[in-house]
Amino acid sequence: MSNTFIAISIAVMALVTLLLRAFPFLVLGNKTTPGFIVYLSKYLPYSIMGMLVIYCVKNVSLIVSPHGLPELIAIVITGTLQAFKRNTLLSIIVGTIAYMLLIQLCF
Amino acid sequence: MAGYIVLGIGFGILAKVNGLSVLWVFLMSLFIYAGSMQFVGISLITGGASLITTAITTLLVNARHLFYSISMVDKYRGSGLKKPYLIFGLTDETYSLVCNDDAEEGFDKHKFYFLITILNQSYWVMGSLIGAILGGIITFNTAGIDFAMTALFVTVFVEQWKSTKEHRPALIGLGATGLCLIIFGSENFLIPSMALIAILLTILRPALTKKEAENE
Repeated sequence: MSNTFIAISIAVMALVTLLLRAFPFLVLGNKTTPGFIVYLSKYLPYSIMGMLVIYCVKNVSLIVSPHGLPELIAIVITGTLQAFKRNTLLSIIVGTIAYMLLIQLCF
Repeated sequence: MAGYIVLGIGFGILAKVNGLSVLWVFLMSLFIYAGSMQFVGISLITGGASLITTAITTLLVNARHLFYSISMVDKYRGSGLKKPYLIFGLTDETYSLVCNDDAEEGFDKHKFYFLITILNQSYWVMGSLIGAILGGIITFNTAGIDFAMTALFVTVFVEQWKSTKEHRPALIGLGATGLCLIIFGSENFLIPSMALIAILLTILRPALTKKEAENE
């Protein structure tokens, strides 16, 4: 790992990310936003958050032991805690510690 | 917001444990500023991935940011000099906060969004630095610390779920992505998932728009 390689890799990631974020602003800039996009911007967030949750567990195998059990248990703990206490930081910390304990000690 | 500190610490520790210096961790959080992508970035850099691979992976992992920006075109309109930074800083977390928090009447909403954005990045950079420093001195087993990212999305998902009675879009997100993961596998499912979500939401549009009209 040369420093030049690390620097260029970081620059590539930064540039592509910025282009993705800026693209709609450059294209839609000063025009009135079409109705379909207004509709999407209202309901898409719910779908995308569901997508991201699945994205996080994409490498979990249900077939090979432990069959995604540590992830399932930790997600249920995080979700339940959030549903009742509604303290995001608490949910994240407890959920993460629970997961670490599960994979290090139990599975 | 504070979840970003924990997530940042997780990122910093992982990066340091994998051989990236504190300075690189700082530069990544300053210039890339994309949570999940930075986690992926650690493995790209330490695995010596080609720049093409890095570019395509970034494009795929962060493609959802296109949707975030589309959603914000109206909200960020007329934000003037703050706009370039608002766009640069439109991460998952910033997006979910700006989406759900409408600034009160009379308050400069762009200033409000700008504060959210810059606070989020400060938390993220601070967390990363703390993590990178910790990563150099800790001796306990860090396996599983990247679950912080999963936990973050789960909490946002739960908050969104509680904020509305219309759960079909959320279920579409889970279902369509789960289906595409099974069909296309973990390397290639993200783009098909987004396409399927877009198609299903398009089909659902008349029903949702009708329901909206009835509720008003």
